[in-house]
Amino acid sequence: MPRIRSKADLKALRKTIVGHRDLNKPYITLCSGTACHATGSDVVAAAIQEELEKQGLTEEVGVRRTGCHGFCERGPIIIIYPEEICYLNVTPEDVPEIIEKTIKEKQIIDRLLYLDSETGERKVHEQDIPFYKYQTRLVFSGNLWVDPTNIEDYIALGGYRALAKVLNEMTPEEVLEEVKRANLRGRGGGGFPAGWKWESTRDAAGEPKYVIVNCDEGDPGAYMDRSIMEGNPHRVIEGLAIVAYAIGSHHGFFYVRQEYPLAVNNLAIALEQAKEYGFLGADILGSGFEFDVIVHRGAGAFVSGESSALMNAIEGKVGEPRPKYIHTSESGVWDKPSNLNNVETYAIVPLIFEKGAEWFCSIGTEGSKGTKIFSLVGEVNNTGLVEVPMGTTLRDIIYKIGGGIRSGKRFKGVQTGGPSGGIIPEQYLDSPVDFDELTKLGSMMGSGGMIVMDENTCIVDLARYFVDFLCEESCGKCVPCREGLRRMREILEGIVAGKGKEGDIAMLEEIGAVMKKASLCALGTTAANPALSTIRYFRDEYEAHIKDKRCPALVCKALISYYIEPEKCTACLLCSKNCPEDAIDGGKKMIHVIDQSKCIKCGICYDVCPSKAGAVIKISGTPVPAPIPEAKRKIARGKGKGERRV
Amino acid sequence: MAEINLKRVDEIIEGYKGEEGVLIQLLLDIQNEFNWISPEAIARISEQMRIPKSQIYRIASFYKAMSLKPVGRHIIHVCMGTACQVRGAPKILDRIEENLKIKEGETTSDMRFSLKRVNCLGCCAMGPVILVDGTYHGKITSAMVESILGQYE
Ligand SMILES: Cc1cc2nc3c(=O)[nH]c(=O)nc-3n(C[C@H](O)[C@H](O)[C@H](O)COP(=O)(O)O)c2cc1C
Ligand code: SF4
Ligand code: FES
Repeated sequence: MPRIRSKADLKALRKTIVGHRDLNKPYITLCSGTACHATGSDVVAAAIQEELEKQGLTEEVGVRRTGCHGFCERGPIIIIYPEEICYLNVTPEDVPEIIEKTIKEKQIIDRLLYLDSETGERKVHEQDIPFYKYQTRLVFSGNLWVDPTNIEDYIALGGYRALAKVLNEMTPEEVLEEVKRANLRGRGGGGFPAGWKWESTRDAAGEPKYVIVNCDEGDPGAYMDRSIMEGNPHRVIEGLAIVAYAIGSHHGFFYVRQEYPLAVNNLAIALEQAKEYGFLGADILGSGFEFDVIVHRGAGAFVSGESSALMNAIEGKVGEPRPKYIHTSESGVWDKPSNLNNVETYAIVPLIFEKGAEWFCSIGTEGSKGTKIFSLVGEVNNTGLVEVPMGTTLRDIIYKIGGGIRSGKRFKGVQTGGPSGGIIPEQYLDSPVDFDELTKLGSMMGSGGMIVMDENTCIVDLARYFVDFLCEESCGKCVPCREGLRRMREILEGIVAGKGKEGDIAMLEEIGAVMKKASLCALGTTAANPALSTIRYFRDEYEAHIKDKRCPALVCKALISYYIEPEKCTACLLCSKNCPEDAIDGGKKMIHVIDQSKCIKCGICYDVCPSKAGAVIKISGTPVPAPIPEAKRKIARGKGKGERRV
Repeated sequence: MAEINLKRVDEIIEGYKGEEGVLIQLLLDIQNEFNWISPEAIARISEQMRIPKSQIYRIASFYKAMSLKPVGRHIIHVCMGTACQVRGAPKILDRIEENLKIKEGETTSDMRFSLKRVNCLGCCAMGPVILVDGTYHGKITSAMVESILGQYE
């Protein structure tokens, strides 16, 4: 492929690509992000290939492996074009039937369609599935159709047009103005206005200048950055090149977690292709602008996602934050002016130049424009990645898109903002989600993790989990964060272990306040959020643990006991067989009894007890009833289904 | 395998010579190739790249992805990301620890398993998830642990 040397060249190439594509040709796309690898998209892909070969259809039917479609709960997902028939949870066994019926005979296989459990209706098209219907997929749109290893797919969708426009028609100042007018705010954490940030790097003294993509994605439970990098890396490359032009930088870095091998791989391929086609390198699109990029793999440390720490890591040093009075925009990588943004932030940039700042501003709320991708996970029915306009309410995201809480349980709270965010309770479900609203609620946007919890989640234990996570991840450089977290962890561990004391809550609040004021980096200043926000909204749960030694959600091991309700036990033997400690006295037709002194509270009996019986229960805050006398343990089976006891 | 082929180490080092700021990338390559970074490998890097050993140890002990201890034949990664956490991951970890009689971060004495915890494997929809040598086991319960581990010799 010869390098593309101008905007006209790009237009011509796009015309050729699109012209060569027969829109009536049957096409099968299969989503192949990491989640679908885990659910078997590789074997499905192999089965499709095999079946097409067997039927001699490899010429007539196109196959494309795309990025993540977001509905990971139901992957692997296949879409068949041109009809856009969407099949969910596809297995290799389904493939011959799909080729036979749907591809050859144009029939729809009902069983593989989405079933709306409320109306009993099947949905043929992706857009009609509630999970997608209420989304606005702008950043994510390319993931549906683009094969990330084929740059021509991206070009066919209009890719790199924004870069061509910027390089040929706009000055760097105009680019900055446009982004400021769009009021684009960073998607990686703090929501800092991107245009101003770029301007300060542009204005800073020193050469060369660096631009960096943050794909460290340390938030445990969020994976949207990974899905963009895996599914549509060119959109990020294009965004980065535009920003580089605006700032006057000729060197870029991608910082990608090495735990994301598919992202690293697809990015490497994309960078090669972008160079080959002339979107990177010297004299890009005939504009004279030169820009090159290097990939740096991150080695797994949450704090290294912080901007100055990340820059240390790029230099090959330990990824710890630098003192905060030094601004990375003036002195970042190798002490040169450096600009860091999140993956999603860069991915939005081409859209702004494609469609204009006005268009972008028409989406979202007063202070937060555009869309945001959330990773909607936890105890919600439809787990996955969802992109919605800023300002969509939590209720709409969790209930309309997420399909509500699993197993009909009750909603308890939703954690936003990652480990240092906060947990938002039910009474705020109707709050619109944007940068400012979440901050008001004592949480934050963070990178967009949204972890839904039901009544079976212990809030105190969850706060302990986050504090423990942050304690492990604190680099230990500054005292308030290092010691504060350690002390908070001790207190919280004590509370969940049933050793909580009067005054613990006040102590947590006091430590939190100090950490907020005195820590070096944002890890420390926000680390108390999970504890503080849960104390603010769920104080009664803390008190139950401390005063009554009771865990209301029946989670904390030290505060619960397992117990078999005699009148419900059917003597099916399952629990006694599975108990790893032989703590259950079972026997045929004998009501089972747990020996509390042997029980290690692994909960296996609770899990294996058939739901029809539901005999094993958890008890907290009250003593376990005495075991029933030997003489009464025998169960006599009567006629019919029920049992009679003698 | 616990043995580290020093020839291969030299080849990896060769690819990075003369470049600046590459230590982390170099160590990651060694980690990915051998699953751990041995004292011999560190001595080699120190010698050839002219980087003090102390600096290499500092980096290798800071980052989660790097291991300074040899690992077992199979590596179990238990996801302790938030999504898996709320779906019961701690119970799974407990069960594996009890079953193998080791703690997270350790290796069984017969070198059969190493046990590690990770934060989010990117398939939260399947949570709780464990990853054994590249195979994902999703939506698991404590009762399934024994039979999953039994698949690995
Ligand atoms: C402890 C810590 C971890 C962070 N991890 C990430 C991360 O994984 N990804 C990310 O984009 N930003 C992360 N950030 C935020 C970055 O410091 C930085 O603000 C962000 O990458 C800037 O991009 P934006 O302006 O586009 O949001 C982290 C911040 C802190 C304090
Ligand atoms: S909780 Fe575990 S140890 Fe206790 S009885 Fe049930 S299976 Fe046995
Ligand atoms: S939290 Fe376990 S896979 Fe994401």
